[in-house]
Amino acid sequence: MFGEVINADFIASSIRIAIPLALAGLGGAFSERSGVINIALEGMMLTGAFTAVAITNFTLNPWLGILAAIIIGIFLGLIHAITCITFKANQIVSGVAINLFASGITIFFCWLLFNETQIMVKRNLPIWGFPIPKIGEGSAFLRNIIVIFAHHSPLIYFTIIIFILAHFFLFKTPFGLRLRAVGEYPQAADTLGVNIIKMRYIAVLTSGALAGLAGSFLSLEQAHFFVKEISGGRGFIALAAMIFGKWTPLGTAGAALLFGFGEALAIRLQGALAIPVQFINMVPYLLAIFVLVSAIGRAIPPAADGVPYEKEVG
Amino acid sequence: MRFLKKFDYFAILEKSTPLIAVIFALLVGAIVIILIGENPIYVYKVLFSYAIGNRDGWGNVLFRATPLIFTGLAVAFAFRCGLFNIGGEGQMYIGAFLATWVGFTFTNFPAFILIPLCILAAAAGGALWASVPGILKAKTGVHEVIITIMMNWIAASLSFYLALVYKDPATEAMKAAGVKQMIPHTREIAQAARLPRLYNLFKLINIDFPAHNQVNVSLFIAISVAILAYYILWKTNLGYEIRAVGYNPLAAEYGGISVAKNIVLTMVISGAFAGLVGTNEVMGYKYRWRQEIFSGLGFNGIAVALLGKNHPLGVVLAAILFGILNYGGAIVNIFTKGKIPRELIMVLQAVIVIFVVISDEVVRRFIIKRRKMA
Repeated sequence: MFGEVINADFIASSIRIAIPLALAGLGGAFSERSGVINIALEGMMLTGAFTAVAITNFTLNPWLGILAAIIIGIFLGLIHAITCITFKANQIVSGVAINLFASGITIFFCWLLFNETQIMVKRNLPIWGFPIPKIGEGSAFLRNIIVIFAHHSPLIYFTIIIFILAHFFLFKTPFGLRLRAVGEYPQAADTLGVNIIKMRYIAVLTSGALAGLAGSFLSLEQAHFFVKEISGGRGFIALAAMIFGKWTPLGTAGAALLFGFGEALAIRLQGALAIPVQFINMVPYLLAIFVLVSAIGRAIPPAADGVPYEKEVG
Repeated sequence: MRFLKKFDYFAILEKSTPLIAVIFALLVGAIVIILIGENPIYVYKVLFSYAIGNRDGWGNVLFRATPLIFTGLAVAFAFRCGLFNIGGEGQMYIGAFLATWVGFTFTNFPAFILIPLCILAAAAGGALWASVPGILKAKTGVHEVIITIMMNWIAASLSFYLALVYKDPATEAMKAAGVKQMIPHTREIAQAARLPRLYNLFKLINIDFPAHNQVNVSLFIAISVAILAYYILWKTNLGYEIRAVGYNPLAAEYGGISVAKNIVLTMVISGAFAGLVGTNEVMGYKYRWRQEIFSGLGFNGIAVALLGKNHPLGVVLAAILFGILNYGGAIVNIFTKGKIPRELIMVLQAVIVIFVVISDEVVRRFIIKRRKMA
């Protein structure tokens, strides 16, 4: 039975489901490593998803759509940064406010610009593939592995590169060390001359960019349309993936893949076991709760996560 | 005397932040309206004159404010314990569904039993749904924000499924007749389970009130619940403990207060408040369960609670303001022939929240600074 369910197609679809979760989760990791909780990922993804489709349809160039999604993500990140870092407001409240804002603004512009609640993508991204080498009959498994990675959206290749770079930046460069120090013990980092405010701004804007990109993947690649609340809680599932991945890029990617597997498996099993579709829809959310509860005690957030930095005076 | 005067000035400033936020948000809205190419003064005039210019408008405003009082209180109550219950949406779905189920199942009960039973069912459903994140938070410390959001989506799917299970038999007939129906709804609740509309009460005392107005007795339930929330929080031991945990959980635990117990109890009460939305939308309005009539009310409750500064009275006032914006927004949409989408109101609400958050913080810091200088 497993042979029927778990094949190259299945793994490919798991990866596709995992990509936006991984990207947004990575954004969360950047932000929280610097000490700013970012539950606005959901709203950033949603706005990114809308912007990507809107700009793609206006310019007929999906690359510009993706770029616009990233920019709008950075813009929402800027709002979050100003509220949380400069004004030192409650980070959860700010995140919730941005999520509300995103729900409103996306439907608002949907009506205003397209006079519809659902917009189809007019121009798809190309598929980047490389030819599959001929392999002898015996190595079907190897061939399947190659098939999985041979024909994909460019965004999947970008995601892999982004993750390698992110890991390198966070753990192998002085910049990454400073960023992590700011989230663990800002007072100490401050005495060493690290600009706390600047580092946190950079981290939050980066998380916005990544969440925006994740959103563009949702609408341009996964759904090929934009519809109200298309992000469907994925920003929060991404946070669960980040926590399960212990705030590391590679861990987050692994956890996102786990979610991808779970959701893909549920979709596959639906046909086989005749489970009502509503229960299949619950799977990612149940999985997120399960993962969060099981991560307790193992996953320890950065020490200064969620704490605004107060410079000691005199 | 001089000290007292200064103190008052700060207190007034601190209390007025929501007002500042609302004014700022209306200004932002005005800019958006200008960008769309309409006259903001005209738009706001239409919005407010239709919403609060006559009895029908007020009825509509209060009808829209009622569910927001419930969901706003749910968020505000949990906030007092330091919990962020953004699962009002899901708790409301489950509570309202349970109320509906009781309403169409025990059809031979008399009204004086069935109505309280339905109200209890609504509260119990919400409480049950909120107890999950409460228990998980108390037992494992997992953050309630993510769990409540996940529970929202699970509730949406579950209630959708249940609506299919208990779907209105008439839908089958409609399907046979070829009428396309995407969203399932349940059958109607019994006559005895329905809450009277205020029109019926006004008629008794000879006050002229439009018969089509949907504002109903649920409004009184909402106001009673607001008073109850105030009473629990500030007049009972439980409320004292809840606020102590919210203020400083470590100190509360040290003082002999069980943090875990209070977290679970707070979530249960908060969820019960959210579940009571069912009294307005099901028992007083649609008389059946239909997902779309609720959607977004839970989330708007967050904005209401923040604008109301997590105080029951503030929540009621904020809910009325949002009721005005919601109803007025719908009217504006009609008046401008759809040029100004109703979602402008959603944007305004979010802008209000962001400005409340910022102005609260700025004012708080300003006051601390001034006090230090004094």
